[in-house]
Parts: sequence; C-alpha cells; structure tokens
Amino acid sequence: MSEFLYIYRGGMRDFRKQSPEEMQQVMQKWMTWMQGLAEKGHLKDRGHPLEPDGKLVSGKNVTDGPYAEKDLVGGFSLVEAKDLAQAAELSKGCPILERGGAVEVRPIMQM
Amino acid sequence: MGPAAKSSAGDPVEHLFRHESGRLVAALTRVFGFHNLALAEDVVQDALCRALEVWKHHGMPDNPSAWLMTTAKNHAIDVLRRERTARTFAPELTRLLESEWTFRPTIEAAFGAHAIQDDELRMMFSCVDPRLTEEAQVALILHILCGFSVGEVANAFLCSAAAAEKRITRAKKLLATAPRLFELADAADFQSRLTAVHRALYLLFNEGYHGANSKTAVRVELCREAMRLATLLHEHSLAATPPTLALLALMCLHAARMPARVDERGSLSLLPDQDRSQWNQQLIAQGQKLLEDSATGDAVSEYHVEAAIAWCHASAPTAGQTNWEQIIALYDTLLRLRPSPVIALNRAIAIAQHAGPEAGLTAIRAISDCERLSTYPFYPMALGELELQCGRFCSARLHFTTALALARNPTEQRFMESRINACSGQS
Repeated sequence: MSEFLYIYRGGMRDFRKQSPEEMQQVMQKWMTWMQGLAEKGHLKDRGHPLEPDGKLVSGKNVTDGPYAEKDLVGGFSLVEAKDLAQAAELSKGCPILERGGAVEVRPIMQM
Repeated sequence: MGPAAKSSAGDPVEHLFRHESGRLVAALTRVFGFHNLALAEDVVQDALCRALEVWKHHGMPDNPSAWLMTTAKNHAIDVLRRERTARTFAPELTRLLESEWTFRPTIEAAFGAHAIQDDELRMMFSCVDPRLTEEAQVALILHILCGFSVGEVANAFLCSAAAAEKRITRAKKLLATAPRLFELADAADFQSRLTAVHRALYLLFNEGYHGANSKTAVRVELCREAMRLATLLHEHSLAATPPTLALLALMCLHAARMPARVDERGSLSLLPDQDRSQWNQQLIAQGQKLLEDSATGDAVSEYHVEAAIAWCHASAPTAGQTNWEQIIALYDTLLRLRPSPVIALNRAIAIAQHAGPEAGLTAIRAISDCERLSTYPFYPMALGELELQCGRFCSARLHFTTALALARNPTEQRFMESRINACSGQS
C-alpha cells in the first residue's frame, strides 16, 4: 500500500447563501464518504480543514489572502491505496466534486 | 420529552442545523438587539459553516448542539468587542456589556440552556407581531425559528421566491423596530400574543396537513415543525395553558392519521377509506392524554373542539362505528366559536354519514356563505360524492369535473379523475 495526499480545492462557493438544511446535507455526504474510506481501511489520517485566510510569502513579499476561490485549498486528508490509479478512483466519491470543486491526488514520496 | 417526534438514536442529527439555527438566532438577537437581527443571522450562518468544515473531517462531536452554541458564542464575543463602539446592542444589556467585569458573566448567562429556550419562545412571540398579517407571521416563524431559507419557505407555500423574499424582508424590517425580544413576563400582552402564536402554529400545521404542496416530505416537515414549536410552548410553565395542550393534542391526533392519508400508490385516501391499522397509536395515546389534561379552566377553545372531533375519529375502530352524533354536536360548537364555510361543509359531511346523503346535501345547500368555497376543490367533491351515493351519476360527474378543474396538485387531480371514472362505471 502507498500513501496519497488528497488536497481539496474549491467547491466552497455559496455556502454562506445556503440554508441550514442544505449545509447539513452537504456535511452528511462528506461524513458518509469519509466513513466509507475509513471502513475500507483507506483513510490513514482524516486531515484537517483550513481557514480561508492566510498569508502568501514570496521572495521578500508577504501578502494577505484571499486566493482565487477555485484554487483555494479547503483541507486535506491522507489515504492509503494500492497505486495512484486506485487513489484517484477512490476520490471520485468526494462530495466536493458535486459543487464544482476538485480533489488533487498526490503520491507521498517514500523514504 | 414532548410528543413531537424527536430524532431517533440511529439518526441523531436530523434537521439539527435547522433547529440549532433557530435557537441560536433567538439567543443572539437577545444579546445584539432586534435591530441587529441580520448580524445575528450572519453569526449563526458562520457557526454552521465552521461546523460543516470541521465535522466533515472529524465527524460529529459528542454534543453537537453545545459545539455550535460555543462556536456562535465565541464569534458573538468577537463581534461585541470589535463593534461595541460602532454599534449599539441590546439596550437592556448595554451597560453590562460595556464593563469587563460584567461582560463575560452576561454572555455566559445569555447562552445558558434555560435562557436559550426562553429566547426561542420570546422570538416566537415576537414573530406574531399584530402589525403583521398571519401569512407573514407564519413565514417569519418558519424562516427564523425553523431555519427555512427564503427558497424553502416559498416551496412550502407554493409561492414564488420573490414573493416570499418580499414578505420576509418586510416583516423583518418591521420587527427590527421592536426594542427587544418579546418579554414573556409582560402580562398585559402575553395572552393575546399566546393566542396569536396558537393561530400561527395551527396555520403552519394545516398548511402541512391540507396544503396545496403535493410533496409528502415537505408537508410532513411543516407538521413536524409546528409540533416541535407547540411542544416548546407546552414545556414552558407560562405558555402551557389549556388551549396550548388542546392545540398539541389536535396536532398529535391528526398527525397520527398521516401515514394512512396517502396510499402505497401515492393516491389520496379519505378518512372513511383509510387503513386504520396504519394510524400511529403512540401519537393517538399522546393526543388523548393531552386532550384530557387540557380539560381544565372554564374556557373552551376552538382547539379543544377540533381535538375532540379528531379524537372521535381516532378512537373509532371503523368508519361505520364512528360516533357521528357527537361529531355533529362538536361541529355545531365549533361553528359558534369560529364560523367558517369549511367547518360547515365538514359538518354537512358528518350529517351525511349519520343520516344519509340526502340529509348531507340539504345541509350543504344550507351553508350561508358557500360562495367562499367556490375555489375549494373539496366542496364540489363532497357534492359529487353525495350525488353519487344517491345514484345521480350525471350530476355527480359534473361536480367531480368542477372539482378536477380546481385541484391544486397532481395528487388531488388523480383523486378527482378516479371519482369521475367511478361515475362512468355505473351510468
């Protein structure tokens, strides 16, 4: 088994305009998906959500967020899979895809 | 625990966001003041957003309500500290929030479990402001206390989103002119506001039970919300009056019949034809107990009478064994308390059950203001049904055709079509 980082990008648009019920439904989809990964032994670390603000340090410049919404990294998780193809396949159930977001799947470089 | 169906252990979070949203908006409005209602809603929305982000990774905390409350409280503290020079908050709390000595204890007290429950009730009383129409009051209750978005309110009442938006925005503007949440200890206005709350919850329940929306899920939700809020009244010492108990009894006894109102093919099933084994016996028992408990004091409310009628139906083993005489007498009482052609129509239908279709038709013809029923599909439907029972198929068919034209949704349309077909089979 190899390890992969799931980087969740975008898909956070319009949450502020959603009703409580719609937000709860999105949350429940995520919880079900994560639970499914965990039950099949693929979830190494649930990871964390990230705050939307931050600093960008580049050369000698330090600038504030925000970043472009579609590229904004909202969180990450660590999964275990046979290979990159399987890791990519597993990410297809992520609810972020229903909201125009993306999952970036990156193999962890082994020691 | 009240009779409103609380979520079962297997699904502990059903409508959690919706209900917590209502509680937290009420609590925050008390601290911020009514003129900052939009700010309170923003803080709650933010807390729900955070819950969504954190819980989707880490799962639900052991006590999700407490988690949301703490998150909203912390955010409120930030807002209060940041903006206390720029904004005014609740006038009665201003001095307490200005001093560091009293700031924390004031906030902690405002977010105590009892305080929040009181605030929910006070918000309910605030929403039935007499300057608002009943429709606006109900929309506001759904929006603020039940966490329905404007779109969801529009869907519930089958109006356009723009119309719902306009109604809610106007109502909120008017509420913002109130200095604070309604004071429950304000004895002068308490009774009249409580009566208005009863009426609003009754309308909300009826919209779910008899409304035009054909989606069963939407209708069940409206009934459930009405029952949840009526249960809040029932749990509060000041608000648990006999009419409150009778209203909740009425809701329980009607809700008990909901599973049988639509059959397995999604078709409407009228009371005499319902499979009574599908009636929820637990709700019937709760309704009976509440109705018994409501029989104190000397005032008989319309809810007492309606609950008693519902109880006559719920306690009859078959339609034929229903005590129609008693039901007719109760309808007579109800007509005196609240004259309405719809009630008169129901009374006539009960007379038909008791004394035959001709007697029923006579009673319908005697309804004085029946022109107010001209768009009500169940008026020609009842006429058709009784004509059919008298064997006058042509006349029956005409009435059912009128009813079909008035049907408000596909379920009603299918029902009227099946009645038209019943006439053809016999003529």
